[in-house]
Amino acid sequence: MEKRSVFKSTWLPILFAAPQLLLILLFFYWPVTAVLNWAFTLEPPFGGAAEFVGLDNFKEVFNDQLYWHSVMISIIFAICGPLTAIFIGLVLALAVDRELPGSGFFRFLYILPFAVAGPAGGMAFRFILSPERGLAAMLNEIQPDLWNPAKYGSHALAFVIIIFIWKWAGYTFIFLLAGLQSVPRSLIEAAAMDGSGPIRRAIDIQVPLLAPTLFFLLVTMMTEGFVGSDTFGMVHATTRGGPNHATELMVYRIVDEAFQGLNYSGASAQSLVLIGLIMIFTFIQFRFVERRVHYK
Amino acid sequence: MKNSALRAALAGLFAATTLAAAPAFAEKTKFEFWYGNTGDIGERVQEACKKFNDSQADFEIVCTSQNGYDTTLQNTIAAYRAKKQPAITQIYDAGTLDMMLSKAFVPAKKLMADNGYKIDWDNYFPGIANYYATGSGELLSFPFNSSTAVIYYNMSAFEKAGVTGKPQTWEEVAEAAKKLKAAGYECPMAFNFDTWPLMEQFSAIHDQPIATEGNGYKGLNAELVVNKTKFIDELKFFKKMQDEKLFVVKTKQLGMDIVPAFTSQTCQIMMSSIADHGTVGKTLPEGVKWDVAMLPVFKGTERKKSLVGGASLWVMAGRPEAEYKGAAAFLNFIAQPDMVQWWSTVTGYIPVTKTGFESMKKNGFYDKAPYKGREIAIESLTLTQPTDTTRGIRLGNFTQIRKEVTSALEAIYMQNADIQSSIDQAVERSNQGLRRFEKTYAGEKLN
Repeated sequence: MEKRSVFKSTWLPILFAAPQLLLILLFFYWPVTAVLNWAFTLEPPFGGAAEFVGLDNFKEVFNDQLYWHSVMISIIFAICGPLTAIFIGLVLALAVDRELPGSGFFRFLYILPFAVAGPAGGMAFRFILSPERGLAAMLNEIQPDLWNPAKYGSHALAFVIIIFIWKWAGYTFIFLLAGLQSVPRSLIEAAAMDGSGPIRRAIDIQVPLLAPTLFFLLVTMMTEGFVGSDTFGMVHATTRGGPNHATELMVYRIVDEAFQGLNYSGASAQSLVLIGLIMIFTFIQFRFVERRVHYK
Repeated sequence: MKNSALRAALAGLFAATTLAAAPAFAEKTKFEFWYGNTGDIGERVQEACKKFNDSQADFEIVCTSQNGYDTTLQNTIAAYRAKKQPAITQIYDAGTLDMMLSKAFVPAKKLMADNGYKIDWDNYFPGIANYYATGSGELLSFPFNSSTAVIYYNMSAFEKAGVTGKPQTWEEVAEAAKKLKAAGYECPMAFNFDTWPLMEQFSAIHDQPIATEGNGYKGLNAELVVNKTKFIDELKFFKKMQDEKLFVVKTKQLGMDIVPAFTSQTCQIMMSSIADHGTVGKTLPEGVKWDVAMLPVFKGTERKKSLVGGASLWVMAGRPEAEYKGAAAFLNFIAQPDMVQWWSTVTGYIPVTKTGFESMKKNGFYDKAPYKGREIAIESLTLTQPTDTTRGIRLGNFTQIRKEVTSALEAIYMQNADIQSSIDQAVERSNQGLRRFEKTYAGEKLN
């Protein structure tokens, strides 16, 4: 066994940890208890006596077919969006890492979308990709309804996924570029001397060495896709959950039901389900994906 | 985030000015007013606040926009739960029942009586006031920015297409649309999926119930019934018109909503709020003739009054006594005839009191452009005495009901879904929401 030195005092470490503990208590555990409480009662918006209803709120949620539809599209969203964003970020980072002329400028350009808030990005894309005006209207001149997110649910879902990718590719790019810069130059140069081209080097050397960064991005991006406040903002600014419920992601439903419908209890029940779902996904990621990640 | 920082900065500024002014003036009672309007109308609200502050030396109203009707309600709720509510808050039509059941407000009548104002409550148009009153007619909040839906016609296009007069029935609208189409207009009439004109106003003027229990006025056990009324006939008619390419869907999601479609002369007819009267007049190019009319009815229908839309001002409970004096003074101030006329002129909202309307009529306000036509809204709202079907809508969860019906309309007009079954489904889902609302307020009674 390793020899460890232990501090005898108990109150001092607690004192040091206290500010952090207080913050977590205040901004995490306290709200979660409120949500737990609301999920099992019927909370009137302005407060006052709330009746205990047991599992009724959950039953209502689970009996709603549209809810399961919402779960399904959330999973599609949280898989397609993050994976594509990471892939694009990776390609861009690999390109910029080669330090060809102008890479400094492109580095700046690629990070830029991340600085734009989700709703603002959504608003811009609403104009760019609107089926009757804007750039996408040209597609419909070739053939009517080639692109119509106001009509087809699948197009609308693709639409919000595109905005997600546009925004988060910049974020993944920052991390991956930083990761690439810690890949030893000597390895790459040696491979180049042996005659492997840039793509070969990327697949065999750079990407495997980036595995910890990629894994980190996978977990954070998927969580962002499920519960990110920007995800709500993107849907709210573009499709508003439509057409005909096609883009009602779980997080959009929760915010909409809580704050538009003032149904705090139903929204709380859905929040708990969503938290559970994220836990399952994160568990899967750590159990099956992380095994293949080598940190050293 | 930005908003609260701004508010903090503003509060600091106010504090600084009050401190500086302290030696010269006696301490003013300050109170807050939250409102939802943004843009041009938001600035007009600020102007009203300034006028009030300049008019007297005892009170100072601090007006803050919450950037939207829905956020104003949300923020008011959050503030009330944290015991930091404003003295006055502006709540939109759909939030009326939530406020009524909240017990978080001071009724309008009580506030004015307690503070020594004698208000002639009968002076409010009953067609407007009843939306915000109890079933027995007692006004709980102050009607502020009120509107109703009307239909807008591009009369220049009508002339070119050989349409004479303003259509009064849907059959005449269809005729006009056919002629416009024949004259080469691609989009005779624009419509979107806003339930306010399509479901709510249509039901009222056709004397159709939206829900049982007098549209919810008589009890929380009301059920939505729009799947069994003429509303379905209207949707079928719209579908037919859409298939003939006479009525065209224009939404934000498609790239252009109905108002820009009308003002850019892409489409020649639309249904919208009278509050857009100012915008339409300002945006259409000089020389284009246009006009408004009461919403069309189906031929042979005995037209009833339409419903009021917009928002009212609620005075929140739990503030210090002195603030209520200020709140009462402000509410009295904005109800004076000259203020009423100013407000209607600059915004397009309608006057809510009979004396306000009469004085504007006497001044010749409605006789010439650009204000000519706005009297149509008053006419539409006061056409008949309020009844169970035309008094208003008092349903819990109403924002979600609107959303369910909007989704159904999307399915019908974008995805060719069956009309009856789509609306049936929306009604069923809405009724589940109503039952939950009833249970949330178990034991509460509407009076």
